Amino acid sequence: MSKLRLCFVKEGPAVYLSHLDLLRTFQRVFLRAGIALRHSQGFHPHPLLTLALPLPLGQASSCEVLDFETNSEEDAAALPERLSAVMPAGIRAVDCWMPEKPLRELALLQAEVTFCYDQGTPPACWQGLEALWGRESLIIQKRTKRKALADVDLRPMLREAVPVREAGEELTFRVTVQAQEPGLNPALLAEAVRLYAPALAPDFVRVRRLALLDKTGKAFR
Amino acid sequence: MDKRLERILPRVQKPARYVGGEYGAVVKDPAGVDLRFALCFPDTYEIGMSNLGLRILYGVLNGMEGVWCERAFAPWGDMEAAMREAGLPLYGLESGDSLRDFDIIGFSIGYEMAYIAMLDMLDLAGLPLRSADRDGSMPLVVAGGTAMYNAEPVADFVDLVLLGEGEDELPALVSLYRRARQAGWDRRALLREAAKLPGFYVPSLYQIDYHEDGTIAAITPLEGAPATVTKQLVADMDRSYFPVHTIVPSTEVVHDRVTLEVFRGCIRGCRFCQAGFVYRPVRCRSKDLLVQYGQEACRASGYQEMTLSSLSTSDYRDLTGLCDGLEPFCREQHVNLSLPSLRADTFSMELMQRLQRGRKAGLTFAPEAGTQRLRDAINKNLTEEDLQQSLRTAFSGGWNSVKLYFMLGLPTETDEDILGIARMADHVVRCWRENASNKNRGLRVTVSTSWFVPKPFTPFQWEAQIPLEEYERRVKLLREAITARAVTYNWHDGDTSFLEAVLARGDRRLGRVLEEAFRRGAKLDAWQEYFDLSRWLDAFAACGLDPAFYAGRVRQRGEIFPWSMIACGVREDYLWRERERAYQSVPTPDCRTACGGCGANSLVGGTCHV
Ligand code: SF4
Repeated sequence: MSKLRLCFVKEGPAVYLSHLDLLRTFQRVFLRAGIALRHSQGFHPHPLLTLALPLPLGQASSCEVLDFETNSEEDAAALPERLSAVMPAGIRAVDCWMPEKPLRELALLQAEVTFCYDQGTPPACWQGLEALWGRESLIIQKRTKRKALADVDLRPMLREAVPVREAGEELTFRVTVQAQEPGLNPALLAEAVRLYAPALAPDFVRVRRLALLDKTGKAFR
Repeated sequence: MDKRLERILPRVQKPARYVGGEYGAVVKDPAGVDLRFALCFPDTYEIGMSNLGLRILYGVLNGMEGVWCERAFAPWGDMEAAMREAGLPLYGLESGDSLRDFDIIGFSIGYEMAYIAMLDMLDLAGLPLRSADRDGSMPLVVAGGTAMYNAEPVADFVDLVLLGEGEDELPALVSLYRRARQAGWDRRALLREAAKLPGFYVPSLYQIDYHEDGTIAAITPLEGAPATVTKQLVADMDRSYFPVHTIVPSTEVVHDRVTLEVFRGCIRGCRFCQAGFVYRPVRCRSKDLLVQYGQEACRASGYQEMTLSSLSTSDYRDLTGLCDGLEPFCREQHVNLSLPSLRADTFSMELMQRLQRGRKAGLTFAPEAGTQRLRDAINKNLTEEDLQQSLRTAFSGGWNSVKLYFMLGLPTETDEDILGIARMADHVVRCWRENASNKNRGLRVTVSTSWFVPKPFTPFQWEAQIPLEEYERRVKLLREAITARAVTYNWHDGDTSFLEAVLARGDRRLGRVLEEAFRRGAKLDAWQEYFDLSRWLDAFAACGLDPAFYAGRVRQRGEIFPWSMIACGVREDYLWRERERAYQSVPTPDCRTACGGCGANSLVGGTCHV
């Protein structure tokens, strides 16, 4: 029996798979690879699979984390290759190890956010955005689970935002945000731009997760 | 990914349907193939990916050297609108390339309501709807599937119809297409050659003349086309392709499992059932091969659900042996084996109890009619005693949910037959009271009725569909007769069944109506969300055609049908004889008990191996 943690990439067509789609896909990936997952006990046994931090639909990631338990002893080092061979396009396992920390200690998320401007990037865009990130608060309205609108301040959840590159119609920066309780979906930063610097509002936003970190800023293992 | 698509996808429902990339999807190097084929299913991804035929043809085509076959489905309304707005043409899921750039577009059309979705897909691909408006620079548009046994309503839109099972016909089509390209034939020349191949029907090579009353006066084949085109089939199921390695959708589809096709055709001959006649004769796969396929397909896909599929699975000769063969694997791998379309007999019930291993899914039976007299008339070989016997076994085994399916408006039906449905439901309730092992959970009985649609190539092809008001009266009669609290009654919406009846036996003139309905906004009309009968009635009026002429008219013996140039192997005089027996309520034995001499044996070398 092994308790293991898998790091995988989700990109390309796979970014449109929902959380449930992904869980279902993983169940079958393990079966195709001939690896028997441990199941929960009880009336409706289900395989023990936990995705660390659900990825919003449409976002890519280089660092998704899945915890699972197998019935047999598995060689963690060999798993990424075995699993990747039977995965759908856009999903690829890159690393597998014995978990060092519980998932709740996952504290920070690093992501690359790309703002797309169909008419080219607006002038003084960096400065404008830097000024925005420097504000004391960035309050936007967000739908809660009960469908009501609520004010949320993004600022305390945003730890860092650094420019990465500007290419034609695209502007990319790297952010470090709080991962959970509460976590910040980096795509929401565009909402703040729309509210507080409408001239810089992008036509489209792309997000790619780069790394999951613990509270000290070290890679989450 | 196309930038337009990237912008659309976050805004539409279930975008995973529109991107491909599933495990098992075939991606080839476009530079390494000479023929691009788009297999199109004129319904949603969830429905299309549940279709076994589509997977078979996908596997057969992609198994061919130099051929790359992709898929396309009808987008849901939100996606359709977004694509039109962005100017994004319909594309193949595997490459994202526009359908317009493919060599051949093949539609699989299983039901009449998909005709209109086919038009929508052609239009979304940026192609002219009418075959006559497309030239050799555009893809060749072919169609096949059950609804193509009468292809006349779409005769103006498709270039070519493949009749029967496509496994062998598609490779023939591919070589024909290559020959045409090499020889530099134009589209017309290609179609003339196509008409010489068995099972290939080229609608534009048939001239149809009408009598003043709208019936057909003559069907004249042109330019050497044959007078009749006979469907092609796979005679030996053990040599036919089975998709062991197939696409595993990442997102949820309707039937998400391994479908093990145990046989094609049916020995029964229910007189209302088109599939039962057009797929004759029955052809079985051998047990050992099925056991092997079942296991391999589960391993290759990671599915833990497997179903035995056919028109009537209880009729598989060694069903017990097949289940014995599959059971150890299923038990060990936690694969659920399900057997839909079981008959109501003790043998089937015991088998089901064994396979369900304690799970108690609902029971489903299709008596189709409420009295023995009418069941005899439609040749539905199920007695109330069979049903009671099965239910006794089931209720004492702990089952508590039963679904019963019936049709209203069957030929010769009287009010007595309709009230018989309510009586049968009452008998189910009584049987439960007398036999249930656990009454605490209560009983749920669902009675569902559909409105009978007469179909081509059945003994009822001459019949009229009863009028809408009469159908509604019968629904009301039954609704008021069902009183038991445990019984829920569901009935089909009449509007859809009416249009189905019009299209099922329609002629070529309906092409104009389809086009008109499409212009007026009809598209995914198999879905209640989009279907609107008034739009269709307006289209009929605009074309000066009366839908009742198609749905509500009794045909005379000898009338030339719109589909009279097509042969499915079953002779017309056999169908007529079956119709006469229906009116005498005389059942006909199944093929295994006694060959009725329908003529389908000619398709398999003279003898049916029933
Ligand atoms: S020829 Fe006889 S056995 Fe064969 S399908 Fe027809 S009735 Fe059945």
